[in-house]
Amino acid sequence: MKSASIIMIIGSALLFSLFIYPLWTVELEAPQYPDGLGMYIHLDGLQGFTEYDLQNIDGLNHYIGMQKLPTPADMWEFRTFPLVVGGMAVLGVIIGFLGLFSKVSHKWFLGWLVVMTILGILGMYDFNAWLIDYGTNLDPKAIIKVVDADGNPFSYKPPLLGRRDILNFTAVSYPALGGILLTVGMLLTFIAYLIGLKSSKK
Amino acid sequence: MKILNLGIGLLAAAAMMSCGDNANKKSSAGGALNSSAAEKVYVAPGEQDEYYAFISGGYSGNLTVYGLPSGRLFKEIPVFSQFPTSGYGYSEETKPMLNTSHGFIPWGDSHHPDISQTEGVTDGRWIFINENNTPRIARIDLETFETVEIIEVPNSAGNHSSSFVTENTEYVVAGTRFSVPVPQEDISIKEYKGKFKGALSFIEVEKETGHMDIKFQLLMPGFNYDLSHPGRGDSHGWFFFTTYNTEEASTLLEVNASQNDKDFIAAVNWKKIEEYINNGGGKMMPSNYAHNVYDHNSHTATSTMKKEVRVIDPTEVPGAVYLLPTPKSPHGCDVSPDGKYIVGNGKLSANLTVHSFEKMQEAIKNEKFEGEAYGIPILSFEDVLAGQVEQAGLGPLHTEFDDKGNAYTTFFISSEVVKWKLGTWEVIDRKPTYYSVGHLTIAGGNSREPDGKYMFAMNKITKDRYLPTGPELEHSAQLYDISGEKMELILDFPTHGEPHYAAAIKADKVAPNSKKFYKLSENTHPFAAKSEAETKVVREGNVVHVYMTTIRSHFSPDNIEGIKVGDKVYFHITNLEQDFDVPHGFAIIGQNNSELLIMPGQTKTSVWEPKQVGVWPFYCTDFCSALHQEMQGYIRVSPKDSDIELEWSLGEDVE
Repeated sequence: MKSASIIMIIGSALLFSLFIYPLWTVELEAPQYPDGLGMYIHLDGLQGFTEYDLQNIDGLNHYIGMQKLPTPADMWEFRTFPLVVGGMAVLGVIIGFLGLFSKVSHKWFLGWLVVMTILGILGMYDFNAWLIDYGTNLDPKAIIKVVDADGNPFSYKPPLLGRRDILNFTAVSYPALGGILLTVGMLLTFIAYLIGLKSSKK
Repeated sequence: MKILNLGIGLLAAAAMMSCGDNANKKSSAGGALNSSAAEKVYVAPGEQDEYYAFISGGYSGNLTVYGLPSGRLFKEIPVFSQFPTSGYGYSEETKPMLNTSHGFIPWGDSHHPDISQTEGVTDGRWIFINENNTPRIARIDLETFETVEIIEVPNSAGNHSSSFVTENTEYVVAGTRFSVPVPQEDISIKEYKGKFKGALSFIEVEKETGHMDIKFQLLMPGFNYDLSHPGRGDSHGWFFFTTYNTEEASTLLEVNASQNDKDFIAAVNWKKIEEYINNGGGKMMPSNYAHNVYDHNSHTATSTMKKEVRVIDPTEVPGAVYLLPTPKSPHGCDVSPDGKYIVGNGKLSANLTVHSFEKMQEAIKNEKFEGEAYGIPILSFEDVLAGQVEQAGLGPLHTEFDDKGNAYTTFFISSEVVKWKLGTWEVIDRKPTYYSVGHLTIAGGNSREPDGKYMFAMNKITKDRYLPTGPELEHSAQLYDISGEKMELILDFPTHGEPHYAAAIKADKVAPNSKKFYKLSENTHPFAAKSEAETKVVREGNVVHVYMTTIRSHFSPDNIEGIKVGDKVYFHITNLEQDFDVPHGFAIIGQNNSELLIMPGQTKTSVWEPKQVGVWPFYCTDFCSALHQEMQGYIRVSPKDSDIELEWSLGEDVE
């Protein structure tokens, strides 16, 4: 149970990395942007690859009537997510320490993971909902109006994960370092649970 | 029939001989691929050149930037001439750059570019170039490839033996080709002898900022100072100038200045003069010359008139100046990479004269003088001569060096470049140029470390090299591969204006520092509008200031009313873009100056004085975006006595 608890502490503490590293990366590729254009999604806001990428993405998007990229003030998520992730990390570390001093059982590790997974799914759902809104809720006075094969307005929604061709750009989305460390952390808490389970059966 | 057969036979023999020749070359060069000139200069689409070449534009007043080995033109940098393409010299911000003591001069004759050096090696920070006609020296920033400073050189005329830098860019040196009365005065031209002086100006370059300031002018006898180069290594601290017209003729120079068997190379110990000045030597002479500085934050140039200059009489500083007799009106004055040899390219001489710095020092030490000119000691020719390249060609002009101890000299009359060996003075190879070559350039050819891969010759006459374009032709240049024993012609390309010299440098010393755009947050222009919220139109009497912005794909404001005939309207355009290569242009009907091409983050101003009542359009001249054709606006001009209120807007009539 000692090693399980230490892994639990490490795994949940990895969530703190999200306060340093971005969660997700969205990249826009086009030949006339040889240096790349894109952004990192942090818990508390967006950050361009360079100082000017967000404004340049907004500049490009205004032709097709997309909304401007949100600032922390525009979205409650950027204010709430740090509290949720920070809270869960602290909670996970506390559970780990309690496990270390045999105050709680390994089931608490699983319980933490279930809560974290539900929150994660909710977060992804919310992110995807924003992407849909961002990609489809277009200014009716948009300069360029594109329709798909069925005659419906074209969706500019970037993919949640993977690549998608959007007009002259290819949008590529993938987890950033923070997102990877989050996944590793959650996996570690599951391993902590399994080790705890194994040692309890002895 | 027999004659024809004989002809064919000869042709066949010639073909066999040339084949044999090729085969030999291939084997010595180590592979058939090396013999392909096309492959040597081919830079595939998407690939970049290995070297930058900065080629002077002569009477275009500018400096062009080429890539080597492709010979592709990348940019024309406006320096001494107005340039409507960007608005340089027309915009309110850049007009001061062309200010001189003679007023605003819209053009120049640019000659010899030279790249700044650190420890004798080109460092790629700045490039200097001289203006011959209204003597000036410019400094171009190699982060922005823009002219950032121009200093006028007083007491000078025909600023030709310029603008060469010392090995740590302590000085950029400017010598006068035409001697003039110093200070200028109303005297008879017949009083030339003795009254006219030749000023050699040492312009100090500030280490960090590059700012130029004339440290001193050496007032030399009234010869013509043609070209110059710094000493390096052991000879660092000296500067060498070729002279002609030591006859001091003022008329029909082609005859009268070609009489003396020998003219001089003037050797100037600038370190000694520097010491003299630091001990309070020299005297300040009242003067009047412009110093123009461009600031990249305010995007604005200021012109200041300087009122005095320090002059030095060479006879007052013993040991500072010596004259080295050099045959027949020497033109180029070139110093070998190790600083040991000074080549005097006597343009009317059959031989090329090379002086030895060591022997010169020895002769000075022994005080072996042959005579003096206006109090300046003349050394004896035999005492300083290192050697002569005998009968090398006709009309030697300029010499550059490679990294293997070879020198390359251009011969104008015999239209060729001759490769010869330093020390043995033997001719190794000669290749024709097309036609009548002037300067030649090897990357770092005027430094301690030349890069002996390519050499290019800049010719004065083009004739049939390219498709004809009427009587007026661009000049031709030829690129040679000089990595082997023999020079190999690999490319022929046209150059713009009349190139007098060029400076080349490895691209990796410059390209990584090249700026992509100006930061809007660092823009300190007093009339900048840094967002659309800051745009406005302000009237002060009949002067109207329009604070306007551009972003893909509109101007803000784009409708302006309340302008009157007789107003002076200043359009201050700020480009709000913060991305690489997204300039916007500004043109308005009846613009008496030029369009503006505004880089991202930059502010430029065009003055417009409407003369006719009406509604007049303005538009973006640079195809900036998919909606570029929509990037336009209107300005209403009312009669002088109208009481239409000043109004401006963007996007108000669209529902």
